[in-house]
Amino acid sequence: MKIVVCIKQVPDTTEIKIDPKTGTLIREGVPSIMNPDDKGGLEMALQLKEEQGAHVTVITMGPPQADLILREAFAMGADRAILLTDRKFAGADTLATSYALAGALKKLDFDLLITGRQAIDGDTAQVGPQIAEHLDLPQVSYLEDLKFDGDKTFTMKRHIEEGYQILEVEAPCVVTVLASANNPRYMSVGGIVDAYQKEVEIWGKDQIEVDETLLGLKGSPTSVHKAFARGLKPAGELYEVETDEAVGIIINKMKEKFIL
Amino acid sequence: MNFSLTKEQELFQQMIRDFAENEVKPLAAEIDEQERFPIETVEKMAKIGIMGIPIPKQYGGAGGNNLMYSMAVEELSAVCGTTGVIVSAHTSLCAAPILENGTEEQKQKYLPKLASGEWIGAFGLTEPNAGTDAAGQQTTAVEDGDNYIINGSKIFITNAEYAHVYVIFAMTDKSQGTRGITAFIIEKGTPGFSIGKKEKKMGIKGSATCELIFENCVLPKTNMLGKLSKGFGIAMKTLDGGRIGIAAQALGLAQGAINETVKYVKERKQFGRAISAFQNTQFQLADMNTKTEASRMLVRKAAYKKDQKIPYSVDAAMAKLYAAETAMEVTNKAVQLHGGYGYTREYPVERMMRDAKITEIYEGTSEVQRMVISANMLK
Ligand SMILES: Cc1cc2nc3c(=O)[nH]c(=O)nc-3n(C[C@H](O)[C@H](O)[C@H](O)COP(=O)(O)OP(=O)(O)OC[C@H]3O[C@@H](n4cnc5c(N)ncnc54)[C@H](O)[C@@H]3O)c2cc1C
Ligand SMILES: Cc1cc2nc3c(=O)[nH]c(=O)nc-3n(C[C@H](O)[C@H](O)[C@H](O)COP(=O)(O)OP(=O)(O)OC[C@H]3O[C@@H](n4cnc5c(N)ncnc54)[C@H](O)[C@@H]3O)c2cc1C
Repeated sequence: MKIVVCIKQVPDTTEIKIDPKTGTLIREGVPSIMNPDDKGGLEMALQLKEEQGAHVTVITMGPPQADLILREAFAMGADRAILLTDRKFAGADTLATSYALAGALKKLDFDLLITGRQAIDGDTAQVGPQIAEHLDLPQVSYLEDLKFDGDKTFTMKRHIEEGYQILEVEAPCVVTVLASANNPRYMSVGGIVDAYQKEVEIWGKDQIEVDETLLGLKGSPTSVHKAFARGLKPAGELYEVETDEAVGIIINKMKEKFIL
Repeated sequence: MNFSLTKEQELFQQMIRDFAENEVKPLAAEIDEQERFPIETVEKMAKIGIMGIPIPKQYGGAGGNNLMYSMAVEELSAVCGTTGVIVSAHTSLCAAPILENGTEEQKQKYLPKLASGEWIGAFGLTEPNAGTDAAGQQTTAVEDGDNYIINGSKIFITNAEYAHVYVIFAMTDKSQGTRGITAFIIEKGTPGFSIGKKEKKMGIKGSATCELIFENCVLPKTNMLGKLSKGFGIAMKTLDGGRIGIAAQALGLAQGAINETVKYVKERKQFGRAISAFQNTQFQLADMNTKTEASRMLVRKAAYKKDQKIPYSVDAAMAKLYAAETAMEVTNKAVQLHGGYGYTREYPVERMMRDAKITEIYEGTSEVQRMVISANMLK
């Protein structure tokens, strides 16, 4: 089986701070990590590789520094890594991102394409489904589990608000995976040593099947009108009192604020 | 001259930090309190190659180097001194001497099992009457056909209870003094070899420090490590490498104590403000950090030289001396800055201070390191 996993490098948003004056992210000193859902997707691919045998390719579109997450993927056990990078890709919105990725994926042969559900920075959850549309492949989003019958059918467990859906889908298909699907393995020490001896393939716009006018900023119909940070709520007041007294306090407070 | 880590080393540091934080730190207080060897942690470390970092791939190791190995011991020790020494004794004192002195057959037999962490390693040099004066070995190995018959005992042996392979030293010719000492590899379960009393210690309580007892223990000659009578040199060379590991352990303990203290002084309020606002706190922290960073430079330099195959024994002695004394000083200050809370087991600095003390004692006391350093200056 051949599996491709789309991984994205994101700032570690658990460590990110917002400049209170400008309302923008302070990116300085914030470490870059592999997007958590994508790591879950990679782990899912690596488990399939261990259990049933598979060749796992990882691909990312990003600046040259995104090399780091590809090395990390090698150190976890990926077999092949592709960095999609070109000035022409810069400024892409989700549509242009998924278009470029799809252009690269057309060059690859796979039974299963895995993306994360959503990136913790852009947070749109659009890229995976858009890729499936560009490639005209069936897609299943929000995956928590996946089994392969060894022939061509996947059984998938999809997380939905009310519970789960179990689906059967034939290869080739696209899935988007949740970080909660598994506990991604650590990179191994030997894997890290090897990761820097392996080759990361670098592909630009000329290596993929795309119409240049649909790439990057030019190919992005979305424009950001305004970005701002929501103001912080002040700390609440804590009362440790009996229920009756508590009800009285709440009613008074609501009256003070003209809610009642 | 370059003081930066390579990309590969940065990635390694990121992995080992995550591992230490998520897998090692949560157990540190418990294994200390229960004086329990963290076998489950060893299994996890084995799975990702931490038990064989500087062992070449051809012998089943990770194919890393001594710098990476020292970084691993540092990061593990920053959250748990016990876990740091388990890896250090296993790697530097058992796998390394077999790699450096073993026959091809011995390497094939032992290194893959040690490097994969399936087997744990230990090192038995110290005896009740041969500590700093390691040449005073009383354990004997007497030739008997194709075997040696070993009699005697070793004391204070790290990992002893859980190890499967031990590198040990015995007198093959008492009349020759240090030139009559030979090294051997011995496996757990060899008839006549048993594990004796387990020590109750001040710190690194999970590390299983025990006696080794040899009573007419029959060891085939093929288990001799290196040449006959060359054991003392092997022991000293092994300890040179081991000192990088212990220096890294001390460095980790100091850094761990700093990390805890920085957090604490920002939270703790007295006289209406955080104690971090007092200049004494700030100056103590500055000294703690400066000495710890200086220790790191010495540790990395020694590891780098070993990797480059440049003589490093003085560097290793300096690294261990300085890092150990820094660990003791820094953990002591960390407890002081925590006040009464630091003296209780509610906070990890209490454990760190107890753990730090051993780094001034084993693999050559600080006095021994001073002898090594000055002897080289005066020769
Ligand atoms: C309105 C708008 C304007 C933007 N403008 C810019 C801009 O000017 N410059 C700029 O740099 N960025 C810009 N971005 C950000 C960029 O478009 C998105 O980060 C990117 O398209 C991915 O979208 P996402 O982060 O929401 O990912 P999601 O759709 O949430 O990601 C889902 C999954 O898709 C895959 N995936 C997503 N991105 C990649 C990737 N690059 N490589 C491999 N796999 C990937 C991953 O598996 C991921 O888990 C903009 C985003 C928006 C919404
Ligand atoms: C927890 C723990 C784990 C250990 N693990 C191992 C292990 O795995 N394998 C192993 O073989 N050993 C191990 N040891 C033994 C350790 O290496 C010795 O304890 C150490 O070398 C000191 O020897 P000693 O205890 O006999 O002290 P002594 O040699 O009796 O020293 C007592 C004091 O005298 C000083 N002193 C001695 N000689 C001189 C001198 N000539 N000049 C100046 N001062 C001197 C010493 O520096 C020290 O301060 C371990 C010890 C402990 C406590």
